[in-house]
Amino acid sequence: MMAAKKRPSVTKTSLPFDEMQLSGGGVRNAYGAYADWLQTTPPEVLSRKHAQADILFRRLGITFTVYGQDEGTERMIPFDIIPRILDAAEWSHLERGCIQRVDAINAFLHDIYHDQEIIRAGIVPAELALANVAFQPQMFGVDMPNKVYAHIAGVDLVRVGEKDFYVLEDNARTPSGVSYMLENRQTMMRLFPDLFAKHAVAPVDRYADHLLANLQAVAPVGVDDPTVVLMTPGVHNSAYFEHAFLAMEMGIELVEGQDLFVGENGVYMRTTEGPQRVDVIYRRIDDEFMDPLAFNPTSMLGVPGILAAVRNGWVTLTNAIGTGVADDKATYVYVPEMIRFYLGEEPLLNNVPTYMLRNPDDLKYTLDNLADLVVKEVHGSGGYGMLVGPSSTKKEVEGFRQRILKRPENYIAQPTLALSTCPTFVDSGVAPRHVDLRPFVLSGKQTRVMPGGLTRVAMKEGSLVVNSSQGGGTKDTWVLRG
Amino acid sequence: MLGRTADSLYWMARYLERAENTARLLAGTYRMSLLPVDDVGTNHSWENLFISDLEKRAFLENQQAFVPAAVITYLALDLENPASIAASIRAARENVRATRHVLTAELWESINQTWLEIRAMTYADIQEMGPYEFFEWVKERSHLFLGIVHGTMRRGEAYDFWRLGTYLERAENTARLMLAKSESFQRPESRQENAIDFYQWGTLLRSVNAYKTYREIYRGAPEPRKVAELMVFTPDMPRSLRSCIDEVFEILNRVRRDAPCAQKADILRARLVAGRVDRLFRSGLEKYLTEFRTSANGLSFQIQIDFMMVR
Repeated sequence: MMAAKKRPSVTKTSLPFDEMQLSGGGVRNAYGAYADWLQTTPPEVLSRKHAQADILFRRLGITFTVYGQDEGTERMIPFDIIPRILDAAEWSHLERGCIQRVDAINAFLHDIYHDQEIIRAGIVPAELALANVAFQPQMFGVDMPNKVYAHIAGVDLVRVGEKDFYVLEDNARTPSGVSYMLENRQTMMRLFPDLFAKHAVAPVDRYADHLLANLQAVAPVGVDDPTVVLMTPGVHNSAYFEHAFLAMEMGIELVEGQDLFVGENGVYMRTTEGPQRVDVIYRRIDDEFMDPLAFNPTSMLGVPGILAAVRNGWVTLTNAIGTGVADDKATYVYVPEMIRFYLGEEPLLNNVPTYMLRNPDDLKYTLDNLADLVVKEVHGSGGYGMLVGPSSTKKEVEGFRQRILKRPENYIAQPTLALSTCPTFVDSGVAPRHVDLRPFVLSGKQTRVMPGGLTRVAMKEGSLVVNSSQGGGTKDTWVLRG
Repeated sequence: MLGRTADSLYWMARYLERAENTARLLAGTYRMSLLPVDDVGTNHSWENLFISDLEKRAFLENQQAFVPAAVITYLALDLENPASIAASIRAARENVRATRHVLTAELWESINQTWLEIRAMTYADIQEMGPYEFFEWVKERSHLFLGIVHGTMRRGEAYDFWRLGTYLERAENTARLMLAKSESFQRPESRQENAIDFYQWGTLLRSVNAYKTYREIYRGAPEPRKVAELMVFTPDMPRSLRSCIDEVFEILNRVRRDAPCAQKADILRARLVAGRVDRLFRSGLEKYLTEFRTSANGLSFQIQIDFMMVR
């Protein structure tokens, strides 16, 4: 099935798709009013707004921690003041595509931890799911409320043409970035009230309300007024700001592992008034650290016995333990098939053709064309451990070749997509930079997507790596009402 | 509220209050150091800022001598010294960071801004702006925090733990400030009348914003016994031991009357209510203040046991 690889409709020679400019001059529909404003606004004004944004973010302490540098170094993600704009029709397509994808992933997760029909039907190979390090046998037979596993997902999209969107990955474990989506909007509204008066931008600020309602909706059966908490690894985690931000927005406790314990028939938090029962835990800690009794025994971040509590139906963890089996880069290849199998629909969003280097043919093709491909670790994230062939030196490519040869099954390869560009305010003025988009998908009683998402932008000219850990920045994402 | 959150709120308040009080202590000493050198000796008064041998030794590990530049650097900016103003602000900020979901955005912005500013400061900067202006800046920042807390925070548990930390730290610092001057308090009456002493008491009172209050209540020039009475026993003097412990008692008695910490607060308060300044001087001021600090520490520890170490 994977043999027939349709090449994406882009080559290295053509210019990447520009979100604002039409190739023959003029601007796209969504950017009509904005482009006029940009044209008539003096560079000094942009400069000043840029500096103001910087101060706002610094004062708010919107920072993330960079691993591998000085312990606890807080850095700011660069924020770009030029928004990425989508019109109603473009968004409607993306919205339906994301919902479809996440619905299929949830169906897959329920299936894989129950009857495994998709394996029996011969669509997904058994070893891919069951021998996957992210597969958690302890979750086998556990019923999740509403059959939802990935309650919060972030679907990474890139655009290469007018209607050509590709999914890069489905983040179904503990996706982050939504606080930037919300703060970016706040900042933009503070800096450019006049632009919001001119544009009908769909609001995103109900996110926390929807999130809380969703979390309450998946409480264990029989709990009327569930207590929901957000669980963080602590202040030194790279996304701590977001954890605190979301807990505050939802008005719930921000707990660490040490604040929780498994007691009689339930999970409890240690409060000033004694133990208090907890029903739903929105956890931002990886599976492996959640329960030292079940997983990594050295973890200080988790709660001993919490997996047993989940299995007994005392508490709901969101996202569920074991969702990683659905979002790694090997399973990714099968998502279009999952959509057909579970939903009986044709996929609305494209998958990037993917070479699985555990297949000898794919490995050979990849090694022959290494300088043109993007190679990623199956379980990698954050832009670490990846090779972007066209923008790497010969030496880097050769170095990576050796890594692949040692453990080919650990890698996948994809053609280098010409990510669309969006005008971005940089030192030299306004210039095109490559962007992606992560809409956030919430599943509970129903599946919904906030209009917009997090647009990440590679601030370096020509760079295709948008990850914040690699110097990427963010933009506000506007969805215009139709 | 989580016990850990309560703990962070409590310590955040203590660190902020400590930063302000260290600035007050330094401002008072600095003002005294501008007077003509007398038999007390200028350097001697800088040394008195360290009230135990332990503190003196820690200082001398980093600095050569008790001279103004060294002491101000050590107590204001040295991040290696956990008691410095900068380290206190850093610790307060870390605690705000750990509890920012229960605090208002204004509070975080204010503490974060203060940290960013003081982190970048050097002794040369303090000299350039003038030491006195620097101490004023720290005090103003602290007043800003208190104003934000007062004006924006819900009167709930978080507010209570904030207040507990603030008042216990304030009491501790008033005791500390008096201990730093305990020698002067104990000097024979005959030697109290020179000009230096006049300034000495004036400075001490100003350090706790009590100069005007003293004049209103006692009239006339400051005398050590009356100063001590004002700073220890007077219930309506906001930085006196009595008024601070009154606040602590009020909170604990309301929140959890039967907890051991409420009983400890009750005992501590009862001793202040019954205390008289003559008895205080008879049994020795230094002894009294040292005992007070021990009891206040015990109370602080009990609060942590009762609320923050739930098992």
